[in-house]
Amino acid sequence: MTNHWVDIRNADVVLSMGGNSAEAHPVGFRWVMQAKNQNNAILISIDPRYNRTTAVADYHAFIRTGTDIVFLGGLISYLIENNRYAQEYVREYTDASLIVREGFGFEEGLFTGYNQQDRTYDRETWNFETDEQGFARTDPTLQHPRCVFQLMRQHYSRYTPEQVENICGMNREMVLRLWDLMAQTSAPDKTMTILYALGWTQHSIGSQIIRCGAMVQLLLGNMGMPGGGVNALRGHSNIQGLTDIGLLSNLLPGYMNLPSADLQDYQAYMQTRIKQPLLEGEVSYWKYYERFFVSLMKDWYGNMATADNNWCYDWLPKLSEPIYDVLYAINDMTEGKANGAFCQGFNILAAFPDKAKVFEGLSKLKFFVIMDPLTVETGEFWKNFGEFHDVDPSQIGTEVFRLPTTCFAEDDGSITNSSRWLQWHFKSAPGPGESMTDTTIMGALMLRLKKLYQEEGGAFPDPILNLSWNYRNPAAPTAEELAQEYNGRALEDVLDQEGNVIRPKGQQLKDFSELRDDGTTACGCWIYSGAWPQEGNMMARRDNSDPYNTGNTLGWAWAWPMNRRLLYNRASARPDGTPWAPNKAFIWWNGERWVGADVPDFPLTSPPSAGVGPFIITQSGGGHFFAAEWLNEGPFPEHYEPLESPINRNPMSPTNALAMSNPIARVFERDRANFGSNEEFPYAATTYRLTEHFHYWTMHVRLNAIAQPEKFIEMSEELAEELGIAVGEKVRVSSKRGFIHAVAVVTKRMKPMQVDGRTVHHIGIPIHWGFKGVTKKAHLTNTLTPFVGDGNTQTPEFKSFLVNVEKL
Amino acid sequence: MSHSNVNKGILRYGWWSRTNHWIVAICFVLLTLSGLALFYPAFFGLTALFGGPEPTRIAHPYIGVFMSIFFLIQAVRFFTDNLFRRYDVQWVKHMPDMLSNRDDRLPAVGKNNAGQKAVYWIFLLTVPILLITGVVLWRPWIADGMPIWALRWAAMIHAFTAFIAIITLVIHVYSAIWVKGSVRAMTQGRVSHAWARHHHKLWYDDVVNNRDPEGQTRPQARTTTTPERPKEP
Amino acid sequence: MRGDQINLQNVIARSATTVPSPQVRHGGVEKVTKLIDVSVCIGCKACQVACSEWNDLRDEVGECDGTYNNPQDLTPESFEVMRFSEYENEQGNLEWLIRKDNCMHCAEPGCLKACPAPGAIVQYANGIVDFNSEHCIGCGYCVAGCPFDIPRISKKDNKAYKCTLCSDRVFNGLEPACVKSCPTSAIMFGTKEDMLDYGAGRVENLQERGYANAGIYDPAGVGGTHVVYVLQHADKPEIYSGLPKDPHISPTVELWKGVTKPIMSALLGASVLAGFFHYMIKGPKEEPEDDPDPEKAAQAREIDRREEDRP
Repeated sequence: MTNHWVDIRNADVVLSMGGNSAEAHPVGFRWVMQAKNQNNAILISIDPRYNRTTAVADYHAFIRTGTDIVFLGGLISYLIENNRYAQEYVREYTDASLIVREGFGFEEGLFTGYNQQDRTYDRETWNFETDEQGFARTDPTLQHPRCVFQLMRQHYSRYTPEQVENICGMNREMVLRLWDLMAQTSAPDKTMTILYALGWTQHSIGSQIIRCGAMVQLLLGNMGMPGGGVNALRGHSNIQGLTDIGLLSNLLPGYMNLPSADLQDYQAYMQTRIKQPLLEGEVSYWKYYERFFVSLMKDWYGNMATADNNWCYDWLPKLSEPIYDVLYAINDMTEGKANGAFCQGFNILAAFPDKAKVFEGLSKLKFFVIMDPLTVETGEFWKNFGEFHDVDPSQIGTEVFRLPTTCFAEDDGSITNSSRWLQWHFKSAPGPGESMTDTTIMGALMLRLKKLYQEEGGAFPDPILNLSWNYRNPAAPTAEELAQEYNGRALEDVLDQEGNVIRPKGQQLKDFSELRDDGTTACGCWIYSGAWPQEGNMMARRDNSDPYNTGNTLGWAWAWPMNRRLLYNRASARPDGTPWAPNKAFIWWNGERWVGADVPDFPLTSPPSAGVGPFIITQSGGGHFFAAEWLNEGPFPEHYEPLESPINRNPMSPTNALAMSNPIARVFERDRANFGSNEEFPYAATTYRLTEHFHYWTMHVRLNAIAQPEKFIEMSEELAEELGIAVGEKVRVSSKRGFIHAVAVVTKRMKPMQVDGRTVHHIGIPIHWGFKGVTKKAHLTNTLTPFVGDGNTQTPEFKSFLVNVEKL
Repeated sequence: MSHSNVNKGILRYGWWSRTNHWIVAICFVLLTLSGLALFYPAFFGLTALFGGPEPTRIAHPYIGVFMSIFFLIQAVRFFTDNLFRRYDVQWVKHMPDMLSNRDDRLPAVGKNNAGQKAVYWIFLLTVPILLITGVVLWRPWIADGMPIWALRWAAMIHAFTAFIAIITLVIHVYSAIWVKGSVRAMTQGRVSHAWARHHHKLWYDDVVNNRDPEGQTRPQARTTTTPERPKEP
Repeated sequence: MRGDQINLQNVIARSATTVPSPQVRHGGVEKVTKLIDVSVCIGCKACQVACSEWNDLRDEVGECDGTYNNPQDLTPESFEVMRFSEYENEQGNLEWLIRKDNCMHCAEPGCLKACPAPGAIVQYANGIVDFNSEHCIGCGYCVAGCPFDIPRISKKDNKAYKCTLCSDRVFNGLEPACVKSCPTSAIMFGTKEDMLDYGAGRVENLQERGYANAGIYDPAGVGGTHVVYVLQHADKPEIYSGLPKDPHISPTVELWKGVTKPIMSALLGASVLAGFFHYMIKGPKEEPEDDPDPEKAAQAREIDRREEDRP
């Protein structure tokens, strides 16, 4: 979230799209209801289904799954053409005025530089025109035909209300009604918050949908504003922490990048990562990349990391693929390229697409280790569970080890929520039986690996043998030790520019402003620096005082970065430093410094007159409409159909077959045959969670099982009538990849849609229930889903695929 | 010759009639006691007779069903004796005389007088109603499957019907106490000739003429002598 | 708020009891009320789970019947359930009405009226109607007495169960478990006055948002309730999965358990007394003497010889 949970209550319009916030985030949803009931906000719910959020919404619209960019792109065009965007904000706080290099273009659904052969883009033309000093050229009047604003305007002029109606299946009057409601928040005293979740993420174009939402918010001037922002409601309690701490194969802690194979040279790597300002005087915070990186390496390798050996840069693995995501790993297993796997807190058989392929992958492993508090499906993939998992154990050679772990309440530690708050929790009970904490297991594993390397050597022992492992009990690092480590400490006295000691050797760092690139500081995760300073554990704070009545409780736990609750909050004030509106006052210039309800996301003493842009993390200092290098599909979000689409063309680019679906989506060769056609599988399916369950583990909990005991799917009354299916009857839902059985929930809450000249029916498939646990046993939903991911993150396309339904 | 005096007098109720009656009577009393206990708080103390409140609740319907079976047998056997006849109308018209013990003004009646017949018919009506409504309310076996409106009607009807039945019982019991010689009839089976002549003249005549089914167990003992009929009052 | 004063001294009504409840103490105890704002409820069932947790209830794992209702009805081990109904309003727009169904804690409780077991059902001065299961005899009369179809008789112990409004928590100054767990503040708890006041504000808000018939459901037919709803369509409570429009204790129950109960009891007593006095005044019908004429007596003895065939 750019903002945070409590801040939702400051919104005037709450847009719940690409998520069913009431369903999946009922506790956080209290702030939506507070916005409605105390701030008189309007709640808009846009979803393929009338869902629990819709039940309390003021407006709702059905949208065909996977077409959000069309709706949002149409809104961008509507805002620009009707002059209903926040003009001053867009001019001063965004890249709208930057001029794009000549040669950039877009045609028939593809941007310039597409390479059909390997399905990638050459991004050479996706950049700004620069002057002699390397700064971008601008046109503050926004009239230059190649300025970002005009290019954006041109790009989205194709997204007409007619197209929205045609592609999204949404009534045109409703479209215009909703756009009008949202456009009202371009006023300085009104804000809209966007709440999204995996309904935006889990598409082959998921990242671009989210970006499109961010562009809308920039146009409306809602970024950095209380009650605004683009807010990802994360799907697990600590999934924010997972990405923060770098647990993705292509990331290092704090969103630093693992180098790719072509960056064998440290300086070359630094050059790609250090971001210099695009405009004169801007902050461009990534210019300090080396401080973060060096401190990380000092933390990992201690005295072994020196300037002379480039801080052990050579010991880092280099990526030969853009990302070794889970889909990639499973594919490798099926091809026999991976022999063993560790699965930690991850029910991969249930949670990843195309269960048959995942099963095949696991079955080909030599060994498989599952670490989980529960006996999940994945740990017993080799066992026969009758019709729900009909496998032959005698044909599976994988040796499976189960290591029972504790669950969150049986261990100390911090959990990072969607608000980026690190909240410390305390062990409330010991784990049952032989269970151990994950850190104990990993600690013991590390020591054994180290011993093996010591005794037997190996291909590349240095990174393991030299890894710092300075814990009181090396076999069981404690949560406190790890937290202090990610906060960082001074290895030598840390000096300021004048040579004064600002942090004596050995002390915990105050925050990442004390990091140095000369090896005098160590820090395990730079964005978490400040969570455990010398004063102690900030994450355990529980002071909920709210002096400005903005919902900002700076004494409650600790938020990254710098305990800042609202990112880009400098944008909540006008260029002159005064709040945009009294009711939205948040951060302001008091004549000497920036003050207010939050930790300013800005150089504290940089006066408004200096004209520094409010988005200090970006190179231009403004919010970017034009994503020059960050996204793989192109600088502007463009609509592509899901890999399995209920229609036969992409109405946005009807004549170009290459632009039917995401042109850079990575599809493994063998999976290509596993996509179904809409002739064989006519219905658009989407999967989701229910509020009664949490993924695949509450089916082990009696009370949850009581509340939602049996697998079901949802369909409209119209389709049910067509297929002769009555409420409560059993149906078989099949895709090209397999089938499941479920009870039919026939409901008015789903409606057939008219899309591109045909009727599209949706089938809603909750993900819960499996062949373990205390609920009624069932097939796993992900038997059905396609093995393809988002073009940038490879997050699987769980939300849009094709199925057929038959009465059993 | 037996030393027992059980053969003195006219046989009014055979052994089975008496047994049957008393099975029903005892059950009825138990039902009344347990029913009242559950009906009105003032009688709740009666639950102690059944071992406590819950045993009372459990026992009541079982006793009810048990009684109903024996009541049915009795009702069938007593049926013909309780059909209303012309003289019953006369008898009813003389109710005040009856109540004031001016028996000489009463018309001659058969084995049962109109009052006794009324008791028969009231019970014949109320017992099935009590049975049906009671079964509807029977927990844990039946009531769970019943709609709530049925429970409500059943409970109300059961209470009202029971009220009528209990009042009838009180009258029935009082009559037995009031009319001397009646208790002996139902305990020992026999009544004196004078009693029979006095209260049930027509029946007495039948007995004398061997037309009473209750007395036909020993056909060889028939007499040919017809006693003189007393004059009608 | 001092609505939390529950103890035996504060029982204001007790089932099947002839001894009146103490009436002298007054003043300290305020009526409590749980307000369920259907317009704010997202049907997450947190309340349902919290209820089971607090009351140590574990119902059976059921089945899906093609709706979101689970458990599908109240049971002795589910004191509350969420009922989902899909309603198309006058404008043809769909509304998903989700109502938390549990004991309404009537000011004039039909269950208490119907209950024959002394003290099995009590009403506290704060308005909570509570089942004291150790006094329950399992007759199920409360089921017939309740206008809202709430009590359920357990097959395990043949006792009646229903929502207690967490009287044990309230006694200790806490809100009911469902209130505590509600993420959206759809369930509120306080004095009746405060809740009606709060509800009035919610109704106003709903009316501003176009629900012209929004209102509070606090049915007068049962003397008002200590669980009240805020409804978007208060004119049509039946669309909320059959919330009764004008609930009252059924006339049949009134006939059964109303004044007729003491009257009938009195009449029974009177009938016995009538017999006694009749006997005393009129005297018995003495058994007539047998004929003194020996001949006739002998004839009679002849008839007597019809012996009974005693087994």
